[in-house]
Order: sequence, then structure tokens, then C-alpha cells
Amino acid sequence: MNPVELKYNKEHEYAKVEGNIVTFGITDHAQESLGDVVFVELPDVGTTVTAGKSYGTVESVKAVSDITASVSGKVVEVNTQVMDSPDLLNSEPYGEGWLIKVEADDLSSLDGLMTAAEYEAFLAQEEH
Amino acid sequence: MNELKRTPLYEEHLVAKAKLIDFGGWEMPVQYAGVIDEHHTVRTKAGLFDVSHMGEIDVRGEEALAFVQMLITNDVSKLEDGKILYSPMCYPNGGIVDDLLVYRYNSQHFFIVVNASNADKDYVWITEQAKKFNVIAENLSEQYAQLALQGPLAETVLQRITNINLSQIKYYSFAHGEIDGVSCLISRTGYTGEDGFEIYVAPEYGRQLWRKILEIGANDGVKPIGLGARDTLRFEARLPLYGNELGAEITPLEAGLGIFVKLDKVDFIGKEVLLAQKEQGIPRKLVGLEMIDRGIARSHYPLQKDGQEIGFITSGSFSPTLNKNIALGLIRADLAIQGEVLDVMIRGKAVKAKIIPSLFYKRDKQAGHSAKESGAMSEKISAK
Repeated sequence: MNPVELKYNKEHEYAKVEGNIVTFGITDHAQESLGDVVFVELPDVGTTVTAGKSYGTVESVKAVSDITASVSGKVVEVNTQVMDSPDLLNSEPYGEGWLIKVEADDLSSLDGLMTAAEYEAFLAQEEH
Repeated sequence: MNELKRTPLYEEHLVAKAKLIDFGGWEMPVQYAGVIDEHHTVRTKAGLFDVSHMGEIDVRGEEALAFVQMLITNDVSKLEDGKILYSPMCYPNGGIVDDLLVYRYNSQHFFIVVNASNADKDYVWITEQAKKFNVIAENLSEQYAQLALQGPLAETVLQRITNINLSQIKYYSFAHGEIDGVSCLISRTGYTGEDGFEIYVAPEYGRQLWRKILEIGANDGVKPIGLGARDTLRFEARLPLYGNELGAEITPLEAGLGIFVKLDKVDFIGKEVLLAQKEQGIPRKLVGLEMIDRGIARSHYPLQKDGQEIGFITSGSFSPTLNKNIALGLIRADLAIQGEVLDVMIRGKAVKAKIIPSLFYKRDKQAGHSAKESGAMSEKISAK
């Protein structure tokens, strides 16, 4: 159920790569563990994010969770819809619930990410 | 790591696919369907909670009345038998040991219900104080499963399976009777801001009642509710939580519980300090906050005014009923003015919030006995 075309990190976030534009979002597992998402804080268009560093937060009723950039680059688009309707992260984490699009300086930091199959193995392992 | 304690209803939570968390050493359901859905269920229909983790301490003896009077800040001397009273219990320095409910059977027998996370500490404290009185305090926490059915439909649903006329149990009163043929203690109390009941039953019957109530309430929309919604529900109704609004470093006067502190009582633990605080001016005050900027204020976030720290957030959340982000904060009393704008420090960033009345949610008063209840309720939660 985790789309095969995406890359995943251990913080349960995904990266969708289209040329040098990378879309960030949280995985279905992440939204499931967070519960009802009620607040999303995202950077402004034009600001820069750094691979491995937090670029914002996703908050559920009970929890605050940092979101981490998987590439460095400039923010070219922000999903303002999720700021008004954070529940999109619960209902469509891989669709309308995406977070930001980044123009990557360099895609090499994506090499450390997992494929969908690897991510599912990682999830299974985490269950224990 | 210590093994987590489980309530007699643990297996039912697994069946209901609850998400379980460590709450004060207990493995408890934080949510079933989702916090927001569960929250609305309680506000509009009725929800069933497992609150078996709560502690119960029985106090009996010739001097039970005098003992409880010394132990707590509220006054049980005027309380009728069969009635319940809410009270803080303080240290000699005025800090709060816990907040609790006292059920009065008679002047020689009281039943005290305390917070789960404080139950062991409370029992030690209570037995220590009891040495000076002719009383026996017994920890009965293991002898009860406790269920809470809360929401506007609670009475209608529960009445179907009990021989007690529930309309006769007034707000903050209790009775003994049978539910589904099982002997129970039932009180019209709760921690949600809604009408409802708390049911104390022998642990071996806990699961039977849990299933029965969910079964007979299913068509009315009754669902199990986790601790997540319990927290948002109590928070909207400004019912304090120990560890958030209350603690050993906070006096009940600061926490806005002044009406539960009877300074005219002959004596009680903490009286001297609380009396002095009242006379000299209460240094801090609990206020309601509404976020002006985007953000959610969480417990322990600092509060600033003009770059100066003036207090901290005690509880903060998205409010499912009001559909906005609100909080409670303990701040310097001189700045506790309606409309005042403060900075909530969220991860180092100043986020603006405005002081608003802290009773965020109050249920509609209805005809009949619930109008009277609301009176008692407003006394309980509108404490300043």
C-alpha cells in the first residue's frame, strides 16, 4: 500500500522524485500512529531546507512531530490546502496530503532512502 | 522497565483495536476510532470509558469526619450522606498532593477516589496522616473496575439495564444498585463536562458491563472512548488535570480552585499558607488562551510578555468542539486580564495568543433535574 514509485526514510516520510523536483509527505504509517492531524507548519516558498534537518511540524491532537527534509534545496511550492485542512494528511497522505515541493540542489542524499519494499520490511521490524 | 499494569478491561481494548499507551504506569487505551470522533461522540451522544486505573481509598472509623476535614481543603461536614464532593488535598506548604472526590456514606465512612498516577503516593500520604486519628484507611484500588458512561444519552442508555431510578441520582450523588444484575456503586459524576455516570464494580464483572453497555447503546451511537478524548473533553470544560494545572508547586488558589478551599474551616493541612497567600495576594492565576497566530500551545511551553517570561502553558490543544486552538496557562496574576495578548514560545518562536474566559465549553442547561446539575457543575468548573 506504500506506493512503489516513492522513496522512504526512517522517520516515516516519503519523497517523490520528478526530475529535480522532490515532493515531501508523511507515510500512511505515520498518519496512523499520529492520529487525527490538526495542525501543520510548513516553510514559505523561496526558503531553503536542508537534508536531514527539520523543515516543519505535523501535530495531532496529542503529539507534535518534526518533519525532516530528505534533500537540500529551495521550496518551490507549499500545499496550503493542508494548512487549512490538516485532516488531508490522514485521509490522503500520498495524494492531496503532500506537504512541500523542493527544487533539489543535488539528489545524492536520496541514495540513503528506502524503496517501498525496504520500507515495509523496516515497518515489520519496528513492530517487534 | 517496570511492567505496565492492566485494568480488568484490557482484553476488551484489544478486541476494540485500541491504541494502547503507558499512562502513569498503566497500559491504557488512548484512542479507538480517533480522538476527534470520540470527542464528538461524548458531546453529542454518549461514550464509555475504562477508568479502572483510578485509585479508591476507603476511610472508616469514629473520627473519619474529623480526619477527612483535616486531610482536604473542602468541607465535608455539611455534606449530606450519599453526596459527593470535589476537593484538592494539600501539603502543609499549600502545594497540591492530588485532587479527589469524596463520597460520604456517613460521618464514620468516606470513600475517596484519587488519580491513577497519584494513587500510591496518595495512599502513603493518607495513611501517614491517619495515624493521628481513630480511623482505618484502606486501599481498595484493586477491588474495583471503574467505567464511566458520559454524554447527553448516558441516563437513557444506562436506565435500560439498571434497577435504580437514575433520575433520582442528582449531580454529585451516588447510590448502590444493580446494573445487568451486577451489584454496583453508581455516581452521577464525570470528567468530561457532560452529564453522566461513574460505575464501580467488582473487577470480575467489569468486562460483562463493558460489553453490555456497548451492546445496548450501539443503536444510540455509544462507543468506547480513550484517554485522548478524555483529555480534550476535560480540558474544554476546564476540569484540571494533576501534572498540568495542578501539582506540588501550585496551590489550589493559583489553579483557580478557591471555592474548594474553605479557609473558614477550623483547620486543614495547608491552611496557614493558603490563608496567607489569600491575604497577601495570589501570585499566579490560571487563564484561558486563544491562539491568534497559527500554532498549538502545549503543556509547559513558556509564556512571555514583552520578552519577559511570565508563566507557562498547563494544557493546550486543538478544541474539537470549538474548532480552534486554545490553551490554559498559569501566569503572573497582574497580567491575567481578559483580552491581554501574550507570546507562547513554540520551539523558540513567539506565537501570539489572547487571554479569554477559561471555561471554553459549557453544556446547555436543560429542563428538570439537569438544570440543577448545571448549577452544581458551574460551581465545580467556574471556580476562580
